Amino acid sequence: MKKFEITAQKDTRSGFGAGLLEAARHDERVVGLCADLTGSLMMDAFQKEYPHRFFQTGIAEANMMGLASGLAIGGKIPFTGTFANFSTGRVYDQIRQSIAYSHKNVKICASHAGLTLGEDGATHQILEDIGLMKMLPGMTVINPCDYNQTKAATLAIAQYYGPVYLRFGRPKWPVFTPENQVFEIGKALMLNEGADVSIFATGHLVWKAIQAGEILAEKGISAEIINIHTIKPLDAEAVLNSARKTRCVVTAEEHQINGGLGDSIAQILARNLPTPVEMVAVMDSFGESGKPEELLTKYHLDTSDVVAAAERAIARKI
Amino acid sequence: MDSTQLQVMATQVRRDILRQVYNVQSGHPGGSLGLADYFTALFFHFMKHNPSAFSMEANHEDVFILSNGHVSPVYYSVLARSGYFPVSELNTFRLINSRLQGHPATHEGLPGIRVATGSLGQGLSVAAGIALSKKLNKDDRTIYVVTGDGELQEGQIWEAVMYAAHNKLDNMLVAVDFNGQQIDGSIADIMGFDEIGSKFASFGWEVMYMDGNNMDEILTTVPQALSKLGHGKPVVIIMKTEMGQGVDFMMGTHAWHGKAPNAEQFEKAMAQLPETELGDF
Ligand SMILES: Cc1ncc(C[n+]2csc(CCOP(=O)(O)OP(=O)(O)O)c2C)c(N)n1
Ligand SMILES: [Mg+2]
Repeated sequence: MKKFEITAQKDTRSGFGAGLLEAARHDERVVGLCADLTGSLMMDAFQKEYPHRFFQTGIAEANMMGLASGLAIGGKIPFTGTFANFSTGRVYDQIRQSIAYSHKNVKICASHAGLTLGEDGATHQILEDIGLMKMLPGMTVINPCDYNQTKAATLAIAQYYGPVYLRFGRPKWPVFTPENQVFEIGKALMLNEGADVSIFATGHLVWKAIQAGEILAEKGISAEIINIHTIKPLDAEAVLNSARKTRCVVTAEEHQINGGLGDSIAQILARNLPTPVEMVAVMDSFGESGKPEELLTKYHLDTSDVVAAAERAIARKI
Repeated sequence: MDSTQLQVMATQVRRDILRQVYNVQSGHPGGSLGLADYFTALFFHFMKHNPSAFSMEANHEDVFILSNGHVSPVYYSVLARSGYFPVSELNTFRLINSRLQGHPATHEGLPGIRVATGSLGQGLSVAAGIALSKKLNKDDRTIYVVTGDGELQEGQIWEAVMYAAHNKLDNMLVAVDFNGQQIDGSIADIMGFDEIGSKFASFGWEVMYMDGNNMDEILTTVPQALSKLGHGKPVVIIMKTEMGQGVDFMMGTHAWHGKAPNAEQFEKAMAQLPETELGDF
């Protein structure tokens, strides 16, 4: 098993903040909108440097999505910022009609995704956002795994034309991807080649998958670990190539089992290469208040859960 | 309770707010402290409710809906101290496996809560629905609602404001927590509305004004507001409050909207709120 070094502990939302500032320096069409969460989204540095390109919308997310669509019509590249729940569920029809169906170049940037926002609890912990957004035709859905990758993804989506949902989180999290690694939208990243089981992970759970890979290696199991930072469009080739080799699959995500990465991968496999799949995800429930790590344990999104899923998947191999 | 007793209770509620937020180092003290007086007056003086036998339907009881759910610490304190659940349960605020979620929820079955709030802008619509059901049930009790002022930026609020006036929901008393602050700064800087009251009035609401941090004024204004119910219009009180009221260094700023005090700040804050015979949790 390849060694991964933790170079820092940083929140992925800070990666977004840093990426946005850099994207804005490269391209004057980049504008930012925020609905009264500028500090939480780490958009303050951008706001400070480009006050005339920053639009404070107040606590009015539906209006913000409409404004973003209009700014895109005017040739701007709008980045909207609010929590993941208020970036998706709250404004679904606004996104659907004014952004997705109308194919507007809007980047919907969503912080505090998943359980790991912690104490604010289930009202804020959306676990359905990947599903909601990936169902929209033409929407790109990205869920990077650490600070460096979130920064790189932010720069990449600024250069890509079309609607994008970029999902990131609140807590400090291990940074282990290289600084300045180029982010290719839709291209899965092989982290560790293995022979016995394929683990496809996204977002914060990529780190859990790596830790699980180490434990599996000690047990003599060779896990292939692939970082699916882009859930849509999904890198079908990478999924099929790996599954062909290992003949069993685990998916891991900080999301509901319904509608998440696991569903997307299962769909590709069912249609092309039926393969046993075990899913590490939240089992059709809402979240709750608590510390991020406690919640990952309680809702079975921990390293040990990935290990157990891998063992189950291997046992199901045909 | 009389005014003096209510003021003692409000001080205890403020102590509870600080302790809850301090214990877990998370939560929203600012708005909660500003609302302590009004919540105390409602739960211990005005509302006809039945804390020891909580019923979701609240037939022939007054109903309270908190739309700005982030001020859960003030809500939990008055619920516990009026008897909905044990005061000691305040120790579980925002912890895993607790009924006291970061934002009020029905999901864990906490008595006193009738709908989850936290995502802003939704509570007034739910309250209007309850108002409709009371009319259908020929139940003449009152629906009390609290909303934030920043929260009024959500469009859904104005859908509900329009609806309540058009449908003559004159069994609703809404209080807007007019503290002039939200997360990113003052309301005036973020999305200023010069005069909230005239906006409600133009939609057809009866509008009143009150200092929400003056117990005597609350005790005279709320009965006047209640006497305006039943005349074809919903009633709103634009309630001036101070975010962080009662703790000098938390006042006059938006900084304490959603920030927990450290140990030193906690001691300093508690020292400004004299212990009461009710006792801390
Ligand atoms: C729909 C929605 N958008 C954003 C938030 C994040 N948020 C929580 S409280 C708050 C500010 C609310 O301002 P106000 O109603 O004035 O409450 P106060 O800060 O005075 O307590 C924001 C933006 C939210 N909870 N819900
Ligand atoms: Mg306010």
